[in-house]
Amino acid sequence: MLELADVHTYYGESHVLQGITLGVGPSEVVTILGRNGMGKTTLMRSVIGFTPPRRGRVSFKGDDVTRWPSFRLVARGMALVPQGRRVFPSLTVKENLDVARHGRGGRWTLARVLELFPRLGERARNRANNLSGGEQQMLAIGRALMTNPDLLLMDEPTEGLAPLLVREVGRVLGELKREGLSILLVEQNLSLALSVADRVHILSRGQIVHSCGPGELRSNEEVKSRYLGVA
Amino acid sequence: MSGEFWITQAFNGLSYGALLFLLASGLSLIFGVMRIVNMAHGSYFMLGGYVGLSVVWRTGSFAAALLAGALALALVGVGMERFFLRRLPGQTLGQALMTIGFALIFQDLALLIWGGDPYSIPVPATLQGVLTAGALRFPVYRIFIVVVAVVIGAALWLILDRTRVGAMLRAAVDDREMAQGVGIHVPRISFAVFALGAALAALGGVIGAGFLGVYPGADFEVLPYAFVVVIVGGLGSLPGAMVGSLLVGLLDNFGKALFPELSYFTLFAPMALILALKPTGLFGRA
Ligand SMILES: Nc1ncnc2c1ncn2[C@@H]1O[C@H](COP(=O)(O)OP(=O)(O)O)[C@@H](O)[C@H]1O
Ligand SMILES: [Mg+2]
Repeated sequence: MLELADVHTYYGESHVLQGITLGVGPSEVVTILGRNGMGKTTLMRSVIGFTPPRRGRVSFKGDDVTRWPSFRLVARGMALVPQGRRVFPSLTVKENLDVARHGRGGRWTLARVLELFPRLGERARNRANNLSGGEQQMLAIGRALMTNPDLLLMDEPTEGLAPLLVREVGRVLGELKREGLSILLVEQNLSLALSVADRVHILSRGQIVHSCGPGELRSNEEVKSRYLGVA
Repeated sequence: MSGEFWITQAFNGLSYGALLFLLASGLSLIFGVMRIVNMAHGSYFMLGGYVGLSVVWRTGSFAAALLAGALALALVGVGMERFFLRRLPGQTLGQALMTIGFALIFQDLALLIWGGDPYSIPVPATLQGVLTAGALRFPVYRIFIVVVAVVIGAALWLILDRTRVGAMLRAAVDDREMAQGVGIHVPRISFAVFALGAALAALGGVIGAGFLGVYPGADFEVLPYAFVVVIVGGLGSLPGAMVGSLLVGLLDNFGKALFPELSYFTLFAPMALILALKPTGLFGRA
């Protein structure tokens, strides 16, 4: 599905990703962990084409997509739930979902997204900037699903949410995984991250410093305290 | 001062505001979608007027002049966007300098082709009369300008507010990067907005040539007005361009009528005041 080979990404002179190699297979959930500022968001930006890598290669469904514009990647089946939600504030909830629909066809329709997030249906005619943080997060996920992706990139979807809503996001993640979606997930909530992950990579200063299965990480106190600040 | 004075000046301000709206709505949308400060926007207005003039000389048709002016400048605008501005993505200053370069080139080209004399576009007889109501006199041509602006403003509003394409455009104004990230083909929208903005400015130029005339320097004369409209109304906002145009049209007219020696002051002082109170303009968002 997705392959990164020796990806180096810069902001101007600042060399943030320093040779990332990883893969996400069909129906696989891969989770990226790491402290703040280690390059997790930059990794997502490199994949979706916001900040294309300067060196290395990103391939998606067999195509070299390293320098593709984002809208082309989305048309090919990639979608992003960005950190901080980034819903379109001046659009209504329904418009936010509508603009992401692109004749690709598939399982996700407006009706199904509203079924997954009934709250969005109740607020369909509200402007997105009037939503609560939790509702905005649902909208950001729903918007990504409207593009009918095969690979979903999710950057800290539970950031700043109350525990109840964190569980709600966990439920949705589980459901998407059961549907067979491939997911590349950045998540700070360790228990949630480990509950859905098939594979975990730990990012530190732009490099992958440890890769393992979720079970192994649960018991590896040394890695947890060294790279995640978990006691 | 009599009631007639106020009504007449308000009407003149309204019709000038209507003309400004044709000019400024495109400028605002172009900035909103592309973050380009288009210093050549006044050139579209002037060149539209000149192209219209040539077409009227050839064909005698005012309608053909409107159409030809709008189409010709849509092509010019699209060419600028596609082959030049798009090469400097995200470089606000570079793009602004480039549009200044274009404006200067257009100025010289116009001088070369149409010479330095001022001209006026002959308007059709049906638009020439004056409607009177008691002591009040309303030139039909100015009513025509208001009608054109209202029709175009309503059409733009319907498209922007009620259609999916309009929502896509607003999404690109809100967050250009994320719009691409949900699959919106933003370059195509930029292309369309540049074509539309240039065409509307040119339409304003042809119409404006019917009562202001067309002459060298018209480009840089209208440009500050368009910028005041956009800044007061809020960058990238269509309702902002509507309200801003009306406000600037009225202020300019009353300013010139009441305090002719202070006309720039009466225009720019309220602008400074609005910006001090609401830095994003009346309808703009941070
Ligand atoms: N737009 C940017 N310009 C310059 N530096 C940036 C930018 N975005 C992030 N960085 C820097 O890149 C590094 C990685 O940031 P980021 O990918 O956001 O980390 P994370 O998502 O893991 O918290 C940080 O040092 C951050 O300061
Ligand atoms: Mg981040």
